Order: sequence, then structure tokens, then C-alpha cells
Amino acid sequence: MGAEFVALSLPPLLIGTLAALACALPGNFLLLRRQALMGDAISHVVLPGIVVAFLLTGQVSTWPMLLGAAGAAILAALLIEAVRRLGRLNAGTAMGVVFTAMFAGGVLLLEQSDTSSVHLDVQHALYGNLESLIWLDGLGWSSLLDPRALQGLPPELARMALCLLLVAGAIWLFWRPLKLSTFDEEFARSQGLPVALIGFGLVVLAAIAAVAAFDAVGSIIVIAMFICPPAAARLMTNSLQAQVWWSLGFAALAAVAGYVLAGYGPIWLGFTQSVSAAGMIATVSGLILTLAALFAPHRTS
Amino acid sequence: MIWQALMLQLGYNASLVALGAAALGLAAGAVGAFLFLHKRALVSDAVSHATLPGLVGVFLILTLLGGDGRDVLALMAGSALSAWLGLRWVRWLTTRTRLPEDAAIGAALSVLFGFGIVLMTVVQALPAGRQAGLESYLLGSTAGMLFSEAVIIAFGGLAVLAGVFLFRRPLTLTAFDPVFAATQGVSQRKSDAMLMGLVLAITVVGLKIVGLILIVALLVIPPTTARFWTDSVSRLVVLSGGLGAVAAYVGAALSASAPNLPTGPIIVLVGVALFTLSLVAAPRRGALARAIRHRRAARGL
Repeated sequence: MGAEFVALSLPPLLIGTLAALACALPGNFLLLRRQALMGDAISHVVLPGIVVAFLLTGQVSTWPMLLGAAGAAILAALLIEAVRRLGRLNAGTAMGVVFTAMFAGGVLLLEQSDTSSVHLDVQHALYGNLESLIWLDGLGWSSLLDPRALQGLPPELARMALCLLLVAGAIWLFWRPLKLSTFDEEFARSQGLPVALIGFGLVVLAAIAAVAAFDAVGSIIVIAMFICPPAAARLMTNSLQAQVWWSLGFAALAAVAGYVLAGYGPIWLGFTQSVSAAGMIATVSGLILTLAALFAPHRTS
Repeated sequence: MIWQALMLQLGYNASLVALGAAALGLAAGAVGAFLFLHKRALVSDAVSHATLPGLVGVFLILTLLGGDGRDVLALMAGSALSAWLGLRWVRWLTTRTRLPEDAAIGAALSVLFGFGIVLMTVVQALPAGRQAGLESYLLGSTAGMLFSEAVIIAFGGLAVLAGVFLFRRPLTLTAFDPVFAATQGVSQRKSDAMLMGLVLAITVVGLKIVGLILIVALLVIPPTTARFWTDSVSRLVVLSGGLGAVAAYVGAALSASAPNLPTGPIIVLVGVALFTLSLVAAPRRGALARAIRHRRAARGL
């Protein structure tokens, strides 16, 4: 647990945890609003967003891609709503049509354009590469106090921290309207709250979290963290506030335990290669949910 | 070139693949119609993502035993088993806890897909040359498909179609009148098992061509499209099957006609084109027809 840990494991561990927290937060509200699969839809449409951004700018750079992904997520939310209204379809069906259409379009664009020279492929979009987010300047714990070394931290870390701060801030700021419109939409409307706008704002917030996390860790973690920690937390308590705290705890636990198991588990078992951290974090979150469904105090209402 | 592909003049193998795809699309559309009537469209998303651990697991076991990991039937069996376990988990979570079904679906799809990715990284650690052949299951591919594989897919599709024909009455009854259905000896549980069995079967059959991320589109888009054209159940099923067959056939043929046209996404996009056309232009239920009716009514007042 020395210099090697600081350089190779600390940054991905932190980034994974921050991503998990940022997704779990809005996930609580999506879960209670029966929109749990919105996270799934959003993370699928991120792919066409980054491909279009790449085609427009001709390079793999972060900000255009984040903007493209966010644009695609918002477009998807609008399209789902439009298809639902125009076709008088239920939300699940509209979602299924829109996200498969956009994902298919993204894959086609990717195959048609010449991306062989750059690192942009479907696999990367799906499961990211948490393990590659290393800190070459991190020579030991003392580097954490060295401003020059800190500048060499992977940029994803600062971005993810900023994103978490933004998401947490927005939820803290709009806590009451969010809570009201989630639990009793009619009452919220009668109080003069812009219910539709709040719903859309929540989806935008989820999209921001999904896009930032996707950039760092791939879309599997995003979907798993939107759903599993809040779902497990929902079985622990009846209070929304407590549920949010529980979900943050579960998300952090899944991220840390998943990363450690993926990185060190195979070595403990005598193998030489580590396995996908993103996949393992999702797996651990599923185990946590299963344990909650077995033993949590508020399993049934 | 496209015309030749549609007319089955691109050679024996490409023609066979297009016909196999058509059989698959036909069966998927018909199954999807019942899924649509039961309002369970997105369950298929959990089923398809849940195939990954079984798929990769069987590949790993076969390869480690020294066999050919790409054996289609073995991979189908493995993916069916893990998809079945995924469905059991969804059911367990929804009956045992107060979590809504959409949350359970999202949890199952992300966790099992994540676990599949973990296994996938184990495969990637295998000696070079023994790891190829699995990527195509993610997004579907017909390139280099064996004669035997195309035959298995075509017959698999027809077998599922026979299943739909066999179960059409109980599945229709439970969709509209579960109480009456129960008096006829068809419990909700039984019809659920039939429906999920069909969904599972068609997913496993279609993985190779459409890929596990997009197979859900083949179950969701055709019935949604068909719904714009008819109010009758039997017509919905037939029309949905027909639309699925057309999308899969045209998609597979187009994909064979030029390089860089991935099969799964092209099939989905053909389906989306038919959907969009119907959403806008279908008589009576289409958006255009409704808008005209609305204006006439407004003028009449």
C-alpha cells in the first residue's frame, strides 16, 4: 500500500466512487417516479452523441464529446416524450423505440466513419477503461500535498468531482419541489409547482451525471448505479432523506469493493490478469441489492 | 448492388442469411405483439442483456476444455440459461420486495451484463487466437456466418413461431381478461411462463444476427408499428410478424451489399423507418390523421 497504490489504484478508485455517487443521487428520484429505465435509455444514446461530436470536430477531445453526449441525452428525452404523445404509446414502449433507434444510428455512424486512427469504439463506450486512469506523478502519499504532482492527476477526477458537486447541489437546492412532485404530483401542481419542468430538470440532471460518468467509466456502471444502490436503499427505509444517504453508502461500497475485487481478486486466486473493474462494480451492486432484498427491514410496504 | 441483395443474388450464403433473418424477424415480431399486449415490452431488455454471462461462460468452459468455443448450439444453451436466471431474479425481486418491475429489470440487465463483461475480460486474457468470435454477439454480424448457423437460426425462428401459434389463445385471453382466463384454466402465472419462454427463445436465436444490445428492438418496434394500422389482435400479431420479417430481411440484405453496414443496427434502422412512417401517416391512428380530425372537429364547433 505505498507508492504503487497511489499511482495506479487511488485515482481510478476515487473516480469510480465519485461516478457511482453522482449516478446514485438522481437515481433515487428516477426509481420513485417509475423512471428507473431512463438511466438505461440515456446511457445508450450517449454513443451517437459522441460519434456525432467526433464527426463534427474531427478529433477525440473531451468537451465537444461531453456536449454531444449531453445533447443526445436531452434529444432522447424529448423524442421519447414526442413519440409517447404523437403515438399515444406507453412510456416504456416509447423509450424502447427511441433508444434502440439512436443506439443503432450511433453504431452505424461509427462503422461508416474512419475512426481506426482514434480510440473510439463501442466496447470503450460500454465498459470504459477505469484501470487506465493512472497518475504517473503520484510517487507516494506525499504527492497528494505536492501541487506540481497534483496537476498530473487524470482530468477525469476533477471533472467527476465537479459533476458530483453540481448534481448534489441541484438536488439539495430543489429538494422540496423534487420530493413533492415525486410523491404527490397532483398536490405539487396545486401548489403551483411547474411539475413538467421539474421532471425534465431531473432527466437533464441524470443526463449530466450519466455523461460525465460515462466518459470516465463507461455506461455499465452508469446504468447499474442509477438503479441498484437506490433500489437497495429503498428497502432499508421509508424516509426519502435516509434513502438517499443509504444509496450513497451502497454506491461507494460497490465502487470500492468492486474495484478492489477486480484488481486484486484474481491475483489472490493465483491468476496474473485483473478483470474489468466496471463490470465488477456492477456485479457487486447487484449482490448488495440481493442482500437487501433478503434482509433489509423495509422489503415490503 | 442493393437490388441484387434484395433479390437474393449475392450468392448462396448471403441469400440464406437473409432468409434466416426473415424467419427470425417474423417470429420476433409475433412474440413482440403479445409482449406489447401484455405491456411488458421492456422485460425483453433484461432478457437480452442477461444472456451475456451464460454466453461468455460457455465459451470459456468450452475453450478451456480444449474445444471450439464458438459452437452455436452450446452458446445458445448457455445464454438461455443465464437469461432464465436473470428473469427469475427479476421475478424474485418484484414478488419479494416492493420494488417496481422497471427497477428490477434495470437492475438485472445492468448487473448481469456487468458480470458478463467481467467474464469477457477473462476471455481476453486467453492466448491470442482463442478469444475471437464473441464480439459479434454484442452487435450482431452475418459476415462469415456458417451455413449450419443460418439453418439453425431459421429453424429456431420457425420453432418459436410454432410456439406462438400454439399459445395464441391463452396469451390473448390473459392480456385482456385475466379473470375470465383463470376460469378457463389459464392462470396469469402459466401465461407469463409461456410468454417469457417465447421471449427467451427468440432472444437466444436472434443474438447472432442482431446482437444482444439491439435484439430488444426486434421485439418492441414491429408491434408498436403494427398497432397504428389495426385494432384487431390477430391482425396485430400477423402484421407485427410481417413487419419484423421485412425489417430483418431488408436489413440483412442491405448489410450484405456493402462493407461497414453492421447487420443488427441496419435491421433496427429499417424497422425504425417503418415505425416513423406509420407514426406519421397511418390512417386514423397516425399523427397526421389525428391532427386533421382535430382541426375538422374544431372547425365544426
